Amino acid sequence: MGPHHYLILSALLFALGAVGVILKKNIISIFLCIELMLNAANLSFIAFSRYLNQVDGQIVVFFVMVVAAAEAAVGLAITVTVFRNRKSLNVDDADLMKW
Amino acid sequence: METTLFYTLAAIALLAAVNVLAQRRVFYSALSLIVCLTALSGVYLLLDSPFIAAVQVIVYAGAIMVLFLFVIMLLDPFSAEALRDKRKYLGYVAAIAGTLVFVMLVPLLDAYSLSRVPRTPESIAGDVSSVHKLAQVLFNDYLLPFELTSVLILIGIIGAVVLAKRQT
Repeated sequence: MGPHHYLILSALLFALGAVGVILKKNIISIFLCIELMLNAANLSFIAFSRYLNQVDGQIVVFFVMVVAAAEAAVGLAITVTVFRNRKSLNVDDADLMKW
Repeated sequence: METTLFYTLAAIALLAAVNVLAQRRVFYSALSLIVCLTALSGVYLLLDSPFIAAVQVIVYAGAIMVLFLFVIMLLDPFSAEALRDKRKYLGYVAAIAGTLVFVMLVPLLDAYSLSRVPRTPESIAGDVSSVHKLAQVLFNDYLLPFELTSVLILIGIIGAVVLAKRQT
């Protein structure tokens, strides 16, 4: 088992997440796809950490998880506020900054 | 064994990820993502990262996704209805699933404890897979970033409370 198996899995998951961000209309769905992309990146870090025999990759993943937790808390608070103001979760309805 | 396990976990993770995109309801997407994250935690175990695998289940699949489900149930009236409809047979499903998990875990833990040779701190000091090594690097080389994350989380908490507070 070389590292390429894990990297291909990571690439596939990242691509699926990117497709979701482009395709989905619901704010929370887009959020879930971003989490999927973060996890795909984490998988690459762990794979390289294992095959380069260095612990630093795991530490980066640890920090990514901490940032993801903070990001989820703030992002969901923003989602709740947007829903309260627009009565909709569709991203196309939040177009105030659209030129 | 490792290859079989990897392909099984990778298939579960990919199918769950596709299902995240395919589902029309956000609630089901979120549940599907939990399956994907748990399968990835298994892949981390294959890559000799038990600490990250545990944190993945506890923080990601546990804390963060529960936060997502809270908000989805708060904002999407469908998800509450879906739970109410399925409550009749949900108890039986949960009981069967719990029993299956227990039956699977017992031989697994048994085999693990038998094959495990107790190791001394000296022998694991140079090993990538050990939490000991991870902690040493984290609290020496990465101490400042680690402390900064606590500030980041504090800012996150305050930001979330201010944003979600009801304006009067």
